[in-house]
Formats: sequence, C-alpha cells, structure tokens
Amino acid sequence: MRERSGRRGPTLAQQEARAGIALLSPTLIVVLFMVVLPILWTIVIAFQSLRLRNLRARLFDFQFTLGNFDTVLSSSGFLSALKVTLIYSIVGTTLSIGLGLIAALVVRQPFRGRTFVRASMLLPYVAPVVAVTFVWQIMLSPELGVVNAIGTDVLGWSEAIPFLEQRNGTLNILGFSLGVPTALIVVILYQAWRYFPFSFLFILARLQALPGELDEAARVDGATPLQRFWRITLPQLQAVIALLTVLRFIWTFNEFDDIYLLTQGGAGTEVVSVRVFNYLTGRGDIGAAAALSLVLALLLVVLLFLYFRFFVGRVEGADSI
Amino acid sequence: MSRTDLDTGVDRPRAPEPARRPARRPKPPLSREVVETRILGVLKWITIAFFLVATLFPFYYMVELSIRSIEDVALDPGALWPPRGASLSAFGDVLRSVDDGGQGFLIFLRNSGLVALASVAVTLVVSILGAYAIARLQFFGRRQVHFLFLAVYLFPAILLAIPLFVFFTRIGLRGSLFGLVLVYTSQIVPVTIHMLRNYFETIPEGLEEAAALDGAGRLTIIRKVSLPLAMPAIMATSLFVFMIAWNEFLFALLFLVENRENWTVSLGLSQLAGSVEVAKTTLMAGSVILTVPIIVLFFATERLLVEGLTAGAEKG
Repeated sequence: MRERSGRRGPTLAQQEARAGIALLSPTLIVVLFMVVLPILWTIVIAFQSLRLRNLRARLFDFQFTLGNFDTVLSSSGFLSALKVTLIYSIVGTTLSIGLGLIAALVVRQPFRGRTFVRASMLLPYVAPVVAVTFVWQIMLSPELGVVNAIGTDVLGWSEAIPFLEQRNGTLNILGFSLGVPTALIVVILYQAWRYFPFSFLFILARLQALPGELDEAARVDGATPLQRFWRITLPQLQAVIALLTVLRFIWTFNEFDDIYLLTQGGAGTEVVSVRVFNYLTGRGDIGAAAALSLVLALLLVVLLFLYFRFFVGRVEGADSI
Repeated sequence: MSRTDLDTGVDRPRAPEPARRPARRPKPPLSREVVETRILGVLKWITIAFFLVATLFPFYYMVELSIRSIEDVALDPGALWPPRGASLSAFGDVLRSVDDGGQGFLIFLRNSGLVALASVAVTLVVSILGAYAIARLQFFGRRQVHFLFLAVYLFPAILLAIPLFVFFTRIGLRGSLFGLVLVYTSQIVPVTIHMLRNYFETIPEGLEEAAALDGAGRLTIIRKVSLPLAMPAIMATSLFVFMIAWNEFLFALLFLVENRENWTVSLGLSQLAGSVEVAKTTLMAGSVILTVPIIVLFFATERLLVEGLTAGAEKG
C-alpha cells in the first residue's frame, strides 16, 4: 500500500484517505447517532428533571438541576444495590473464569467425543437468555421444580426452598446454623453457569496455541503434572486471564437481563442496573434513571482505573482483542 | 485434593528421567509423577461428566417439561423421564394465534426472524465497508476509530437505553421493529467490524492490486475480490449477529412491550412467564421454540463461529 502510493504520487494517498472515510461513513453515522450522541444526551438528561409524563413539555427545557443525583444517591436502596452489584460482579467474575479454566484444562487433550463436549459446554452461553432463565426459574420453583422435588424426596429437606424468592436462608452444617443470602447465591451460581463458556473458549484457544517445548522440558526435568500446571502453564495463561477478568467484570457489573429475568431484582438481588430500569419504567423518572446510570458508568471507570493501577502493571495482549 | 497422603514417592531422590521413555514395566514405581497422573486422569473424567450434566441438563429438562402435561408435572415434579402421556400438544397451544386460543408464538417467531435477518443484512453492509476501510486504507484516525468503537462497550446497555427510549418515544418509532433493527445494528457493528477487519488483513493485497491494475473501481474490488475470499468470516459474522439479535431482550422489552403484535419470541416468553393464566409447560414449549433455531445453527457451524470469535486470542 505504502509502496504503491510512493510509485504513483501523493494524490493516490489522498484518494485513499477519502475512500477510507467514505467507506467508514455508514459505520460512523450509525455509531454517532445510536451510541455517541445518546451517551452524551444521557449526561444532559441526568441534569434535567424529566419524567415520562412531562416528556413532551420538558424535553427541551434546559433548566439544569442536581436533584436527580440527590434523589438516587440518598435513596434508601442505593447503598445496598451498590453492595449487591459489587458482590455479584466480583464473585461472579471469579467463579466464571475459574470454571472456564477448569473446563479448558480437562478438554485440552484430544479424546473421542471432544468436539461434542466442547460444543455442549458452550450451550449456556449461546442459548437465549430468556429461555435459560425461564428454565432455571421452573427448575428451582418450590411447586414444580425438580431441584426441590429431589431435595425433599431424596435428600430429606424438611420443606421446599423458594430459591429465587428467599432473601435470607439458614444453612445447617454439622450443627452450625449459617445465615445465607439464598437468592443472591443462586443468581451468582447462575451467572457462573451461563458465562463460564466465554472464559472457557478464550482460555482453550490460548492453551492450544502454547508451545509444547516448555512443558516437555519440565517433564524431562521431573516436574509432576501439578507442578507443571502451576509453574509452566498458568504463568503463560496470565495475560488471557487478566484480560478476561477485565471483560467479565465490566459485563457483569453492567449486567441487567439475567437478574431482571430471574428475580426482577427482588429478594436482595437488586443490582444497580435493575434499579435504573425501575426508575425508568416503574416510576417513569427518566432524569433519575439517567443520573443513576451515569453513576454506574463512573463507578466502573474508577474501579477499572484502580485495577489497572494496583493489580496489573500492564495487561499484555489487551490490545490484541 | 490431598496429594501428600498418597504420595509415597516424595522423598525419593528424583533421578533425572532417562531420555528414552520407559516402556510399561510390570511394576512401575509409585512416583509422584505416576500418582498425580493417575489421580488427575480420573478427576479429569469426573470433571468432564460434571460439566456435561451441568450444561446439558437444563436443556433436557426444558424439552422434557414441554412434552408433559402441567397436571403431571405438578403431581410428580421430580420425574425426569416422561413415559406417561407425553404429547406435543403444548407446541400447538403456544404457536396458535390468540384468537384460536393459543399464545401467538407463530407471529412472535415471524417478528424475531424479521428483526434478526434485517439486523444481519444491515450490519453486514455497514461493517463490511467499514472493516475493509480500516484493514486496507490509510487515512487519518484509522487506529483511533477502531479503539473508539470498542470503548463503546464500556457503557452499560441500560445507559444507552434511556436516551434511545426517550428519542424513539418522541419520534414515534417506539414499538416498531425497524427502530429495533437500528439499535441492534449500532450495538453489534463495533464487534463485527473487529471480526471482519482481522480477516481482511489475512487476505493478500496482491489480488486486489491486480484487479486495480485491470481498472476495477474500489467497490468492484470489494464485491468481486475481497468478499468471495472473506466468505468464511462473513458467514461467521452473520451467524453471530443473528444469534445476538434473536436472543436480545432489554431493548425489545423497552421498545415493543406495549404492542403485542410486534413482540419477539424472547419478549413474548418473558411477558407470559409472569402470568398465572398460561401453563408453564406451554411456555416451556415456547422456550424450546426459542432455543432450537439457535442450537441448530450453533451445532451446524460451531467451528466456524468459534474460530471467528476467538481470532486473535491465540496471541494472548
């Protein structure tokens, strides 16, 4: 390309630049109007007292106020929603990446039926979210669900557990009673189940591209399989795991569909994005919804900054994805 | 797992293994290597079995419930094999239109199909042109544009949903499938451009230059040379877009909820799931209908999709 422009003079470079912009313009227009401007507009709305019912009258009424931020930050449920969001994102991210790593390690070597196993492991991730959340709801239902049926009939539970409606349950282990946030645990387990395939896919791709020599050399030197995993394989997966941590954390932090469909944010599972949705549709308070969604985005930026500042010097390969 | 309990060979001075791999002797020494290999070998299969059950069971359960009657399920929720009274009647109930006493999923299927196919078409046109430009042409800001697209993904969908909700309400496009296609396209384009760009960069430029020397214009070159060569990536991208659009829930909920005629399958299922009037087994048939197209597509094209999605991941 560069060589060509040298051969034919600078006009071709200009031509090329013009063609580049022209070909990219549909993308730019779509992204500008449907993504960039809406994000900027959200910032404006967050400072307007805009409600669904006064939408027509107030949309272009630019009297700015901090009232929305006051409303959402001082509301009683905000701090608990924040706490739930953090627990959900941190535990969910860790579990889904951990499961993905284990799954990738066990299907690393070829065996009969490996393609089928690999495809099956991707199913939770590719299946429609509405369908899988519905199945989980029914599966865990106290009246119709198979889990409670097995629990009461086979495992001897004294009564069915409403997994998705119970805020706090007690777990009896060896005579100790332990209070547990039942519904929150269930949505976190669900999230690990649904999203481990994503980590699985990326870790497996990386595993299969690892050069075999290091592992072989360690084997010759007498390193056992576990030693080889901790000392040879895992360090080489560090970059992809760091990248997955960032991606999964961002997506889990912003997650809406899964929790909304499983519990509607009830029983102690209300994360911030579900709260935004409730402001928007439940109360019709568009301004407050926008303010809270901005708070969510800002928090994410701060957390990512801290992560990059203190946990990773530099994530290698972050630019390659 | 406690490897030390079983590990009788730890204290043995570990002589370097001879370069020749020892053939299986009648009594292999119980070294740490052997013990770990055996335990891990067993654990591996247990783990694989666990993952298979965990991932497949919910789908099996979905199908099983869809062919049982609701009375039967209420009577015996723990039955995992449906010998008594298995029937496909739930599928008829869920597909029939509301006027015929069904739930109207046939119309939802049509809506989902239309939205997904239109999203594929629009996204492909937009992102092929864009990806080609980023991969092939030198122009100011090429790298930054790419970064900007991906940065968009930092923002929660719910943040974008608010202004789009307001905007589409104001201009009266809310409730229309067309508005939804535009939203999906804008959400997916950053990823599809990335996928296609990676592929375009692997196509040797010489072919295109040869066509250019023969006097072909830019669009002709894209259509006649680059596109046929990029077919595998374009297929993978199409499938990816189709799946996202077919599965999408939040925007469908915000935009279409007031207009039942325009509901997608995902939206219809989620709206009816909360109602007490519709039998759960009927809705389970609805989820099978929602899931099957995706799973069929996925199993038919798994390799293509996986390679398209993880392209570049090997570099780490």
